[in-house]
This record gives sequence, C-alpha cells and structure tokens, in this order.
Amino acid sequence: MSEPVIKCQSVYKIFGANAERMLKEANGNVDAKTFQDNGCIVGVNNASFEVSKGEMLVVMGLSGSGKSTLLRCISRLTDATGGKIFIEGQDLLNLNNKELIDLRRNKMGMVFQSFALLPHKTVLENIAFPLQIKGIKTEDSINKAMDMVKLVGLDGRENYFPRELSGGQQQRVGIARSLAVEPDIWFLDEPFSALDPLIRKEMQDEFLRLQEKLQKTIMFITHDFDEALKLADRIAIMKDGIIEQLDTPANIVLKPATEYVRKFTEEVPREKVLLIQDVMDEKTSSDIGDLKVSKDEIIENVAEKILTQEKTVAVTDSKNNVVGSINPAKIINTVFGGRKNNN
Amino acid sequence: MEILKKYPKLFQWLFLLVVFFALCFAIDVPETYKFIRGQAEFIKDPNQSAFVFLGKEVRYYAFDVFWRLPPLLGWLPIWINDSLFFLMNDWMPMEFWNEDTQEYKTRPLVLQITRNLTAFMTFLIELIREILLGGLETIVAFTSWDWIDANPWAELPGLPWTIVAAGSAILAYKLGGKGLAIYALLSMTYISIFGQWKPSMQTLSFILVAAPLSFIFGLGLGVAAFKSKRVEKALYPILLVMQTMPQYAVLVPALVLFGVGDHAAVIITMIVAVPPMILLTLLGLRAVPPEVIEAGRMSGCNNWQLMSKVLIPTARRDILIGVNQVIMVCFSMAVISAFIGAKGLGFNLLLALNQLNIGLALEAGLCISLIAILLDKMSLAWANKQVDYFGNLNFFQRNKNSLFFGVVLITGILLAYFGSIYFKDGYNYLFEVPHNKGISTAGFWNKGVDWIFDTFFVYIKAFNTWLIVDVLQPMRALYLRMPAIATLVLVVGAGYLIGGIRSALVVCGLTLFIALSPWWDRALVTTYMATFGVLVSCAIGFTVGTLCFQNKHSRKFMLNVCDIFQTFPSFVYLIPVMMLFGITDTSVLIAVIVYATIPATRYTIEGLRSVPAGLHDAATMSGVTKFQRLFKIEFPLAFPHMMLGLNQTIVFALFMVIIGAFIGTEDLGQYILKALSDKNGAGIGLTLGICVAFIGLIFDNLIRTWVDKRKKHLGID
Repeated sequence: MSEPVIKCQSVYKIFGANAERMLKEANGNVDAKTFQDNGCIVGVNNASFEVSKGEMLVVMGLSGSGKSTLLRCISRLTDATGGKIFIEGQDLLNLNNKELIDLRRNKMGMVFQSFALLPHKTVLENIAFPLQIKGIKTEDSINKAMDMVKLVGLDGRENYFPRELSGGQQQRVGIARSLAVEPDIWFLDEPFSALDPLIRKEMQDEFLRLQEKLQKTIMFITHDFDEALKLADRIAIMKDGIIEQLDTPANIVLKPATEYVRKFTEEVPREKVLLIQDVMDEKTSSDIGDLKVSKDEIIENVAEKILTQEKTVAVTDSKNNVVGSINPAKIINTVFGGRKNNN
Repeated sequence: MEILKKYPKLFQWLFLLVVFFALCFAIDVPETYKFIRGQAEFIKDPNQSAFVFLGKEVRYYAFDVFWRLPPLLGWLPIWINDSLFFLMNDWMPMEFWNEDTQEYKTRPLVLQITRNLTAFMTFLIELIREILLGGLETIVAFTSWDWIDANPWAELPGLPWTIVAAGSAILAYKLGGKGLAIYALLSMTYISIFGQWKPSMQTLSFILVAAPLSFIFGLGLGVAAFKSKRVEKALYPILLVMQTMPQYAVLVPALVLFGVGDHAAVIITMIVAVPPMILLTLLGLRAVPPEVIEAGRMSGCNNWQLMSKVLIPTARRDILIGVNQVIMVCFSMAVISAFIGAKGLGFNLLLALNQLNIGLALEAGLCISLIAILLDKMSLAWANKQVDYFGNLNFFQRNKNSLFFGVVLITGILLAYFGSIYFKDGYNYLFEVPHNKGISTAGFWNKGVDWIFDTFFVYIKAFNTWLIVDVLQPMRALYLRMPAIATLVLVVGAGYLIGGIRSALVVCGLTLFIALSPWWDRALVTTYMATFGVLVSCAIGFTVGTLCFQNKHSRKFMLNVCDIFQTFPSFVYLIPVMMLFGITDTSVLIAVIVYATIPATRYTIEGLRSVPAGLHDAATMSGVTKFQRLFKIEFPLAFPHMMLGLNQTIVFALFMVIIGAFIGTEDLGQYILKALSDKNGAGIGLTLGICVAFIGLIFDNLIRTWVDKRKKHLGID
C-alpha cells in the first residue's frame, strides 16, 4: 500500500507559557488536570492516526474537545507542541515558511465554519483569490474560478458580494474557493454547522456528490454525530483532546470502545447507519430463499423486504456472488433489540 | 445600620463628600490670596518665594500647603525649553553638504533633520498649490531659475476654477452619486463666485498634503501596533495623551522645531491626526474574524499578502472611518495652524475675527465648512462604496469618468482662453475670480449683526449680565475656593471608590501634576468652564437625544445633524456666538455648549439604540408603558454607552474652552495663546497642554473604569 497522505505520530498541542517544558517533563504521560493547575490547557493529547489517499476521516467531538485544534495543527495554522506530522511523507513541522506556503498553495484547501469569505470581493473574486495569490494571471484565474462556480452550482451569482448570499450559498463559495487550486487534501472545519437543518442536509448530499467526483483526501470536523455517520469512511471521536475511538461508522455503533462513545451511539437509529454487511452471517446456510440483497445496502432500505420473508435471505456483493446470509430475526434484533439491555 | 449595609457604596460616597466639605470649611482662604492675572509668576515681586532646581529659579507666591501646593514643577517648562534649544542648536553638530553655497557646513543634527523635513513638506504643498493656483517654484526646484528664464513656456498657470469644480463633481459622482456631485459643483461654484477661490485652494492644498501623509503614517503605525505588542505598549500612552491634548498646545513646541509656515502646519496636523488613525486601524484589524485570517493563510498568503489583501481590505470600513477622522482633524488644524502662519481660509478667518469683522469671518467659515463637508461626505462615500466589477464592461464604459474629465479639462482650458480674449482689460473670470472681485456678503452679515445688536441689545445684555453675575461668577468663586488638598482628596477618593487602588493612584498622579504646576488656579477656571458647559450640554443632549430616539425619522435626522455639525472646524463655532454675545465669557460658554452637545446627543441616541431589540419586545409584552420601558429598561442598559458620550462631551468641552482663549478667558488657554507669541513659550505651551490633557484624562479614567465595571455587571459588551 502506498504511503498515507496524512500521518500523525503522538501529536500534542498544549496552550500556555511553559507548554513545551511541561510536555517534556510529562514524558508522554499528559494529564489534563496537572497541566491545568500549572496554567496550561491541553488542546490535543497524543493523537496518532493515518489518513490514506481518497479517504474521508471525520473528527467528531463536542465543543472544546480539541477537534478544531487538531485540524489546525495538521494545516499548521498553529504549531503542534509535540509529535510529528507527515503530509505525503514531508515532515510538516520542519518546513520553512516558504515551503509551507508552497504546500498550502498547491496541496491544501480548507473550508471554515463561518465561511470566512472576503467581504470586499465578489463570489468570483473570492474563488479566484487563492489562484491570484499563487500568481496566476487574472484571466486564467477568473476562468478557473468560473468552472468552480459551476461546480458548486452558483452560476448566475458570480458577481454577487458575499453579504448578498444566503448562508448555504456562502458556504458553497467557501467550498469552491478551497477547491480552486485543486488541492489533494481537503480540510473542512464544521462547514455545515452554521446552516439550517434543511440546507445542511442538502449541502451534505451535495458534498457527497462532489467527493464521489473528486476523490480528495479529507479531514472533516463536526460536532454532529449523525453527520459524521452519514459522511465518514472512518470516524475519530475526540474528548478532552484525546481520540477516544477511531473506526468505521459501523464498528463505532456496534462496538463502542468507551462509555463516552457508547452514549453517542445510544440514540442512533441503527437501521439508518448500518449496512447489511455489518450484520450478516459470513456463512451461507442451506435454507436460503429466493430474495437477494446487496451487502452495501443500508438496512433501512431493505428491512421491509427481508422481514416479509420467512426464510433466510442471501447477501450478494457487487458482482452478484453470494457472500453471506441474513435472517429476519437478525434484522429485528438489530433494530429493536439489545440496546439498553446490553448495559 | 441596616440601610448602611444595604447601600454601602452610597455611604462611602457620602462620607467622601463630608470629608471634602469639612476640609473646605476647615481650611480658610489665606488673606494674601488673590487670583493672579497676567503672567505675574514671572515678574519679580518681594512677596514671592523662590527655589532653585536643576539650576532653574522658580518664583511663586507661597501659601499654606493645604490651600495651594507650591509649584514644585515650575522648573519643568523652563527645562523643556532649554532642552529643546540645546537639541536644536548645540546637540551633535555634524558636517552637511549645502546645495546653495556648494560647501560643507556644520549644523546640529536635529536642526538639519527638521529643516530637511520642512523642505520636503514645503515642496509637496507647493506642488499641489501650483497645480491649483499656478506658480513655478517646483519647476525651479528641479531645474533652475536660469532654465525658467530661458524657457518661459514652462511657467504654467494653475487650473481654471471651472475645471476644478467640474472635476470634483465628477469625482463626487463616481463616489457618491448624483446628490453629492450636485453638492460638489454648487459649493465649488459658490466659493469661486464669492471670491474665496485662492485661499480655499491654499487650504485645500494644505489638506491634500496633510491628510494623505497622516493616513499613511497612521496606517503604518496601526499595522505595526497590530503586529507587535511592544509597539502597541509604547504607543498607547502617547495616543491616550494626544486624544485629550488641545490642538493649540502642540503648536508651540512645533514652532520651535519646524518654524513658521504651511510646512510646520502640516507636521503639527500630522501629530494631531495620526493618533486617531492609529486607533481606528488597530480597532479594525482586531475586528477581522480569526477564520478570515486563517482562510487567507490557507490560501497561501505570505505575510505581506495577508496584510494587504486580506486584513486591510476586510478592516476597510474602520480604516476609512479613520480617514474621515483624519480629514476632520485636518480642517480643524487648517484654521488653528493659521496662528503659526499657514495660509488660506483659516488665516482669513482669524484675521476677520481679530478685526471683529463678523461678516468676513462668516464667509471664510462658510467656505471652509463647505469644503469640509464635501471631503467628509466623499470619504464616507468611499468607505461605503463597494468595488464595481469591471469584467464585462467595454473600454468606454470602464473609463467613462476619466474620458469625461478629459472633455472637461479641454473645455475648461478653452473657456479660460476665450475668457482671456473676452475680458481683455479686466480680470479673466473664467480663469479665477480674484479675492476682491467676487460677490461679497460680508456687508450684509455685518449689517445683520448690527441690527441684532440694535434690536436685541437690551435682552442680550440682560441675559449676559444675569449669566455672568448670578451663575458664572459664583460658580467660579466656588471652584477657586476649594483648597488644593480638598480637591485632591475628592478626586483620589472618587478614583478609589470607582476603580480601587489602581485608579486612585492614576488620578492622584494626574492631579498632582496639575497641582504642582504653577497653574492650579488656571486649571480650576478651565475646569469650571468645562463643567458648566458639560452640565448644560448633557442636559440638552440627553433630552434631545431621548426625544429624537422615539421616532425613526427624527432619530436619523438628528444623527445627520450631528454629523454635519461635527464636520465644522471648531473655530467656526466662535463666529455666530461672537455675533450675538460679543467678547464675553458667555460667548465662549455658548460655543462650548453647542460644540459639546454633539457627542452628548449622538451617544444618547446610539446608547438607546444599542439596547437589544429582544429586551424591548420582552418589556412590551410584560405590559410596561412607554415611560416605564424608558426608565426601567432602556436608560439603565444604555447608561454605560451614554457615559462614554459624557467622556467625549468632556473632551469636546475642554477643546472649546481652550480655543475660547481666542475670545479672551482667564484659564489655561489664555496662557497657551500667550505662549504662542513668546520666544520661550515652547516649554510653557507643552506643559500647559499636558495639564489640559491630564484634566481630560482624570475624567476619562474615572468614567471608563466605571463603564467597564458597569458593563461587566450588566453582562453587556
């Protein structure tokens, strides 16, 4: 397998006057309480993970959990206090200013919660901004920006000013701007949190559509667990700067690692999150009916069909080979059973 | 006892007042005490005491220390003066190449620097002046007199007034649309027809140099302060003092450093105009959301791009309000710096006021106000203007304003040329209307003044006498009756009760500086006049503001009126009051009241407006009447903001009291004015200025501390 695009090795971010000295003294054993007593606040505590090419890692946590700080360490908007970060094999923390700017101009794009558009520039100029900063000719950058406008579906509004747009439209501009330089790595910091629920859903769908087309390597920050489940390839759940669990949505729902994670999963409608493959039996029994369902279906979509069957249902992969089976009782058990009783 | 526990603050204040009055009654007025008129401190008198400090002899009338503190800081002005002279004339002599004599000459470093600086300023002013009015000094500066003699064609006349007027209209149209363009055209035409063209253009050229320079320096220092905490800390105290320092007081030391003339005026104007620009730049940059900065960084901006393409454009509104402030200060200074020989409308205004020719003064004042309003509106329009998008316009559409100006330029020159044929023997009115050939309304206004005097003399006189005899003199006597120690106790006590030990120490230091200077009595008179002005201004401003707030249209109207009044250079306020009340304290006080009512009204309205709409609705739904809502909800919540208005009112009042010295008052301002014509006045002027600034700062500190506490208490920010 090729090298991971983003690689973090025990990254720490500690705010405060003596942060570096204290981190050294702590010797890899950082306790938020002791640090706080000494006037330091722990933002990120020993974060290690990798994101491979084309993968979407969603970092989920409540406010103050350090998720935005982690993202800012990886985009080097703040310098990590300890640990190592590699972007496509380059040691991020050892880059000088010029190399860092180069990296941002060519490899990274970022979307912000409050959109962070430049109020004095039009939609088109905002999107062309990173290109012009890079030194691309005005005409070329405007043409490229126009493509981006079309990509996010804002054609006809390219000469509007940000204040004339709705929140959802403004965030489309933010997304277009972050994509203008065609970055490989895409950072999104709670991009949809400031939007109304309906618009949020629409933007999430739009975002999935874009990602299907673009296949970027993504770090997506959110405080919304449902959003994380909907979008993520893998989810990292953070609390007090520590990554509590990093796994696929299904594993997080089915096997929460800590009490904290379990609390989030409690209210989750599993049938909407889990796929057939997450709950099927690997072995195929002989007593199989005629119905076949794909292993990539979400349970909710096929539950009714399965429940009307008396026999076990065959599960197929994309090539229509039977790879497992599932019986109606298992569906009932997944949807209704075992939540509170499992305590 | 229970009441005491319930309102501890109230009783602390009462206790302070009791101590204050007890001290006042306990300490008798010494028999030898009298208010010293004239500069008696510097006249030798056998009754005076004297001490020597740093080789400077300070003479003073000694009193009981409880009554008046001895002027232990009396050496300071003399010392400042000597230091300045030493710096200018003896410090670090160096060899400098002299262009004129073609040889090296020994000159002190500071003198050389200031001379070069003034030469540069003179060059800039001359350059613009020659474009507007004609002349050839700039060309000579680049070539030589011989060259000019050989090439007479190079001697260009100034732009005809028609071009300047039409050009400003085009610019106004581009920035602010039709209304502003019409205003620009009308006011420029007015200035020309009424024969004020030359002084107006002189003033304009002064402002066109001073304002951009102040802007550049203010922006630069603001950015530096934003980037470095250390720079900010170093700048902060200077900014604070400069905000309350009367503009007059800066004139005198600058006179020593930079001499007399327009160039010195430009430098002084910069000293006064740069601080607000710095503050507003800093404010604007601070208000840029962190995510916008991060977005800039993630777009790959380097530091320079981040500042020039992200931070400054995003903070643009605050920065342009700073530009607006700069322009206002420049106009104010355009008049005041006439004292040190700046040419233009300000000079004419002062001259006319001196000769009590109210009509002429009014004309000059009107012109300067017209230009001030024009530039003010233009800069505000610029601030609020959004950049047009030019992508899909053709060449003609994109450059229509420049093209139109080209047409105007040619037409104007042709007109002036035909004019020179048509008005062969007389003046070319299509080129420039000379000063004495314009229509003058001075006679009319003077007659009007006479008429007012003839008709209402009895009433005005009666009002005047009543005010002076029954209100002002008793009040002044009361202020002077305060023993120094009692005042000190009162001020420091108030500082302690409001802001704790820190505030107490700050105001104690500030008050002691004034008390130990030779001008405590004068400072009391300044304070009394300012207090009177502030009380009346606040009463008026508060009432008017509250009434106007009740209706959306009247609110907007009032804020506009405030805007326009604030645009007038401070000196202009003296004209109408002198018209009505002649040369009396009443005139000064009325001017103070009018001037200081502006911030009082504005902040009342803005304070009331800052009350959250949700609270307003909540109160209405609780079934309160309009009055209950006003008194139970709106006033308490708007009060902190209104107190900031009080702060501004005090600063405005102090400024005007000091300017009032021009009419003749017996306060610190009188001495500042005197110092202007004194060879050794620099030290005195500066120390006096600091005294006035400190009076302002004492109130500023107390009010700000109180407001901050109150805001925290109410949980508003």
